[in-house]
Amino acid sequence: MAAVIPERLQEHHHGAHTGLMRWITTTNHKDIGTMYLIFSFVMFLAGGVMALTLRAELFQPGLQVVQPELFNQLTTLHGLVMVFGAIMPAFVGFANWMIPLMIGASDMAFARMNNWSFWLLPPAAILLIGSFFVPGGATAAGWTLYPPLSVQMGMGMDLAIFAVHIMGVSSIMGAINIVVTILNMRAPGMTMMKMPLFCWTWLITAYLLIAVMPVLAGAVTMLLTDRHFGTSFFNAAGGGDPVLYQHIFWFFGHPEVYIMILPAFGIVSQIIPTFARKPLFGYASMVYATSSIAILSFIVWAHHMFTTGMPAAGQLFFMYATMLIAVPTGVKVFNWVATMWRGSMTFETPMLFAVGFIFVFTMGGFTGLICAIAPVDIQIHDTYYVVAHFHYVLVAGSLFALFAGAYYWLPKWTGHMPDERIGKLHFWCSIVFFNVTFFPMHFLGLAGMPRRVPDYALQFADFNALATIGAFGFGLSQLIFLWAVIKCVRGGEKAAARSWESAEGLEWTVPSPAPHHTFEEAPVVR
Amino acid sequence: MTHALEKYFVPEPSIYPIFGSVALLLFGAGAVMWLHGIGPGPLVLFAGVAILVYMLFGWFGQVVRESEAGLYGKRVDKSFRWSMGWFIFSEVMFFAAFFGALFYVRVLSVPWLASGDNEALLWEGFTQAWPSAGPNPHADPFTPMGAWGIPALNTLILLTSGATLTWAHYALLRGDRARLKLGLFLTILLGVIFLGFQVYEYFHAYADLNLRLDSGIYGSTFFLLTGFHGLHVTIGAIMLTVMLFRTMAGHFQPDNHFAFEATAWYWHFVDVVWLMLFVVVYWL
Repeated sequence: MAAVIPERLQEHHHGAHTGLMRWITTTNHKDIGTMYLIFSFVMFLAGGVMALTLRAELFQPGLQVVQPELFNQLTTLHGLVMVFGAIMPAFVGFANWMIPLMIGASDMAFARMNNWSFWLLPPAAILLIGSFFVPGGATAAGWTLYPPLSVQMGMGMDLAIFAVHIMGVSSIMGAINIVVTILNMRAPGMTMMKMPLFCWTWLITAYLLIAVMPVLAGAVTMLLTDRHFGTSFFNAAGGGDPVLYQHIFWFFGHPEVYIMILPAFGIVSQIIPTFARKPLFGYASMVYATSSIAILSFIVWAHHMFTTGMPAAGQLFFMYATMLIAVPTGVKVFNWVATMWRGSMTFETPMLFAVGFIFVFTMGGFTGLICAIAPVDIQIHDTYYVVAHFHYVLVAGSLFALFAGAYYWLPKWTGHMPDERIGKLHFWCSIVFFNVTFFPMHFLGLAGMPRRVPDYALQFADFNALATIGAFGFGLSQLIFLWAVIKCVRGGEKAAARSWESAEGLEWTVPSPAPHHTFEEAPVVR
Repeated sequence: MTHALEKYFVPEPSIYPIFGSVALLLFGAGAVMWLHGIGPGPLVLFAGVAILVYMLFGWFGQVVRESEAGLYGKRVDKSFRWSMGWFIFSEVMFFAAFFGALFYVRVLSVPWLASGDNEALLWEGFTQAWPSAGPNPHADPFTPMGAWGIPALNTLILLTSGATLTWAHYALLRGDRARLKLGLFLTILLGVIFLGFQVYEYFHAYADLNLRLDSGIYGSTFFLLTGFHGLHVTIGAIMLTVMLFRTMAGHFQPDNHFAFEATAWYWHFVDVVWLMLFVVVYWL
């Protein structure tokens, strides 16, 4: 996507820098958004290769491809890279590109800080991925970095801690930038309740980021001092408790999963009305539902810890609080379906991904409800059932929404319509192989196959072989996406300013591709 | 709102962010090398710090010049206000993690270790108490830090510094530059005295009380909470010093001085954190 900004726009660009220095020094939200998107796709491929190595090992029982040590490292880094390197930066990329265009702002509120938010990510990625090559290899404690394992790891763990710190700084600055942009930079007449829903979901996401990223920083700081400076936060002999880490981590971790899904809700809420040719059903209830999910996300964290030992009252509280989240989520799914109800629907690639999102994400939501039931969770905790559950919401949820958004706004970014045949091929390959990969994992988990283990009992062999075939199919399908994007950047049908027939919003009032500077004079919204 | 919306200042491309990124990369890599005793670890770390300091000087210098040149209008001012508020909120959450850990060990984990099977089978004879170094029978005994010596004095000092800063702010609003400078100077002085007492207290803890970072969970929470607070006082004092220099250079008008206000917000935030520290770390 490096050429998303065509050559002819360079002349608009004031400032002396060209070539690489242009990208290093840029303060333009579109340039920065593009860099975020490219970075996240590179990280997506890196994390994907790790996942495929894991699946190759799990194709058959026994050890064939990697040793258990490397398997654990790859499991850990796959999680960290996908969460912090791929999904989160991709959504920030969308926020950078689209929020100023959607609210009629000339740029982000803090354009220089915006640049730093992005350019902190490559150093973090270097520390994280580089940790494979240090003595002892990368951290193998799982992406949650639980002690006592994480206290005992080698150098790779310290590199991961500093990487998490740097990514945290980046996220907090990015989130503050987005909050301030939305609160202070809206065009005249763009009241809060007229904002596109993508802006609303990002506003709430940014609030969550500011609230929980510092908590994660605190948690890994305590890990660092426990590892090197003799503190006893997570050491029972000194009066601390390893479970304390889990509480702090999941106080961050549960809002974090909504950080990765709320912007996806926003993207889908932009796309469904366009291709159903009807306004979004229940706009206000969508806003309230998103806020409710965000608030509830702070009081459900211990459902990740039902097996650590907890008073029954605690289990009941966290169980019911978690189930409560199904209510606002149900409101959202209802509204999307109601938006489509009796609409004049067409199924271009963005719509396919959005509808696919609703279908498959909802399945992930349902398994989430099952996991929330404390007595059931004690059975399926740390099994492949949980792996299936969170890949249904993170891959078919967050990732499919990202693809939907990419196909939806590619015309605005490149000036060309994406190739429908390639896009549809990408969608059908993705959704089929996704289900081939992850659906069998429900059965594996219910049958008791533990996750994060490189070997397994013979009884699990068939479903694992199937999942591995699906995973390689899914991985290769993503190259179709790369092909679609490159083709779209290099040419194709010219996109009109309003690239999709009934797309609504300020972003469709500027030419395609969007000029380097937009809305230097604020538009008036009626 | 009318259509004549004031144009929002968007800065030119800037070289400073990449310096910050390189600085943090060197800082992280250097810290890891140092911790594992690999060759030039400290050198790499301090190179990172030096680049970071250069970046902060350059970047903030540019912001100050832009501000003095009148490039920022009311809308940018509003952006600064929102962002400083949210930044302080993120700091609150950072401290919340450590206060939460303190609450957890005092209310939950130490009592658990001293009761039921834990006490019967693992840590026989361990009784619930606070301060506690945990049930490790080989732990070095230590004396906890009392509340009514230096800490109480430090509370008084920080509260006074909040008052002098507010006094300076009122002077600024009246355009009374002399009292503004005096108020800022007194605030910085009180901050430095506070830090001096903290350093003395740490020496006292290590030398006389045998209270160390590795004195179980009490030492862990005591030094991490007071240490991060001390770091924030240091940052606040540096910010106040910059404000003093800017005042002497003739910056700030009664109706336009957000940098001063942001520093004051930060200083009061550090003040409030201290009050909570005094109550739950030193006193109770």
